[in-house]
Amino acid sequence: MIEQKIVDPDYLFFEAQRTSQYITGSEAVREAIKRANVDMAIAYPITPQSESMHLVGDIYAEGYVKEYLRGENEFAVMSSVAGASMAGVRVFTATGGPGTMRAFEVFPTWAGARLPVVCAFMTRGINSPLTIQPDTIEMAYLLETGILMLHAENAQDLHDMLLMAFMVAEKTDVHIPVGVFADGFFVTHTRDRVDTLPEDLKLPGYDPYTAPVPVMDMENVPVRQMRDPFVMKSNFMSYACHASWQQEIDAAAERSRKYLRQYLGSLIDVENEDSDILVITSGTAVSQSREAIITAREQGLDAGLVKIKTIRPFPGEEIRALASKAKKIIVPEFNRVGWLAKEIRNVIDEPRKVVGAPRVFGGMTMPPELILDEIRRIR
Amino acid sequence: MRDSTYKVAAGPEGYLPPAAAVMGVELPDPGQAIMEGECVDQDTAMKAIASKLVSAENPVFFPGPLILWDWKPGVAEKAAALKDLAEAVGAKMIPMPDYRPKYPMINPAIEVNPNHPNLTIVHNKIDVCLFIGVHCHYANIALKIIRGGTDCYTIAVCAEAGHEEAMISLRDAGICELQRLRELVIELKGGMSR
Repeated sequence: MIEQKIVDPDYLFFEAQRTSQYITGSEAVREAIKRANVDMAIAYPITPQSESMHLVGDIYAEGYVKEYLRGENEFAVMSSVAGASMAGVRVFTATGGPGTMRAFEVFPTWAGARLPVVCAFMTRGINSPLTIQPDTIEMAYLLETGILMLHAENAQDLHDMLLMAFMVAEKTDVHIPVGVFADGFFVTHTRDRVDTLPEDLKLPGYDPYTAPVPVMDMENVPVRQMRDPFVMKSNFMSYACHASWQQEIDAAAERSRKYLRQYLGSLIDVENEDSDILVITSGTAVSQSREAIITAREQGLDAGLVKIKTIRPFPGEEIRALASKAKKIIVPEFNRVGWLAKEIRNVIDEPRKVVGAPRVFGGMTMPPELILDEIRRIR
Repeated sequence: MRDSTYKVAAGPEGYLPPAAAVMGVELPDPGQAIMEGECVDQDTAMKAIASKLVSAENPVFFPGPLILWDWKPGVAEKAAALKDLAEAVGAKMIPMPDYRPKYPMINPAIEVNPNHPNLTIVHNKIDVCLFIGVHCHYANIALKIIRGGTDCYTIAVCAEAGHEEAMISLRDAGICELQRLRELVIELKGGMSR
C-alpha cells in the first residue's frame, strides 16, 4: 500500500494531477474507493456488480480499506451497511438488478435513518425470464426511497461520482445515502479512458459527530441506545411527527443540490440547447444519443442533447426551462416502463412534447440509428 | 413545488406545513444567517434574535444533548455562555435531554421532546423559543411541528449549517456568538442584565 495523504476534496477533484488509464468501469470503482478513505466495505456477488466488490476486496488486502466482509445475501449486506454507518464509519457497497430488489426494504430505511451510505448500483434486468443483461428498470423502483441518485454515463463519471458522493452524503444538512448508478456491462465490463487521481492522496475521513442524528457510540455521551426510536403511536402528534420526519428527508435531498452543483458543475449538461429537438436522457443512453445527434446535425437536423446527471434530486427547474424552448423532446431509455420520460413530463409545462422513445430493454443495445430515426420522424 | 415567495413565519400554519427547503428556502452560506426564509448577514440576524428575546413575554431556551453533556472540549464553556445569555434575557430553560418520545406523555413543565414539542409550548405559553445543541434532524422536525401548530416564534442557534425551519437561524454558532447575543440583549435592556 502506498502511504496516502489526506487532502481537501476540492483539490482532489479539481486540481490534483490525473493519470489516464484504460480500464473497465469495475476497475474505475476500485480506483475511486482506493482514494475514498473508506472504513468498511461489505460485499455480496451479483452480476454485473461482482467484479467491482471483488476488486474492492483486493484493495482491502492491500490496506486501502480498513474492514471488508461478505454478507449472507443482499438484504444482510444492506442491513450490515446500515449498522456500520450508524456506528459512525464511512461505508461502501455495491449491488445491482435482483440484488437491489432483494435488499429493497433497507433502502428507504437508510434514508429515514439519515445514513450517508454510498452504494454503487450496476443496473441489469430483474424480471423473469432471467436476464443478466443491461436494463435500468431498478432505478424506477428506487426513485422514491429518499436515496440521492446519480447516473453515470461512463467509467469516468462512475469514478468521479463515487468520490463526490461521499462528500455530498456526509454534509450535515444532507446526510442521506447516495446511489451511483452505472449501466451494467456497458460501463462495468467495457474498457474506457479514465483519468484517475494520484494514488498517494485520499479524501478526509468521515466525522460522525457532525451528523444531524446522534452517532451510535456507547462510550461517549450523549449516548444513544438506539438510533431511531419508534414514534408510532395511535395519536395525532405521532402521525404528525412521522410525517414531518419524512418531509425532513425530502428537505435533505433538496439541500444536496448546491453541493452536487459544486462538485458536478451542474445537475445537467447541455449541448446545442436552442435546438428544436432536444434529446434528454441519462446513463449510457447519453453516449448513444450524442452519436445520433452528431449524425443528425451533419444531415441538417436541429437536435441538441441534455445529459441528466442527478435523477434525485431531479433537475426539474433546469429541464422545465429548456423544454419551454424546444418543440419536441425525445427520451431514449434502457427500460420498459420509461421512468425518465415520466419524470420529465411531470416537470414541464407541455408534457405532450415528450416522446418516450426509443426504448429498449432486456439487454438489447440501443444503436444510435434508432435515436436518429426518432429525430427524423418527429422533426 | 418550489415557491420562492414562501415565508417561514410564526404559525399556526396548518395541519401539515411543507418543509421549507422543499418550498425553495435555502440555508445560508458561511458568514450569513437566515431570517424568515431569507438569507441575511449574521449581524442583522443576531440583532433580530436579541430583539425577539427581549420583547418576548415568555422566552424559553431548549438546550439539547449536544450542549447538555460535556462531551468534547469547549462544550462546557459554551454551556456557561448559554446560561449567561439566558440570565441576561430572563429566559427559562427547558431541556431536550433525549429524543425518544415518551408515553403516555412527557411532563411539559420540565422537558420538551422533538416528537411532540407543541405540548411544552402550549403548556408553558411560550411565545419565543430558542433551540441550541439539538441534533439538526430533530431540531428541524420539532421546529416544523411548532410552526404548524402554534404561534411561537422560533430561533435556532446552530453549530452546523443552520435551520431553514426556524424563523431565525444562525449557522456555525459557538461561544463568540452567544457572548455577542448577550451583549446585544444587555444593550437593548439599557445596559442592565437581570
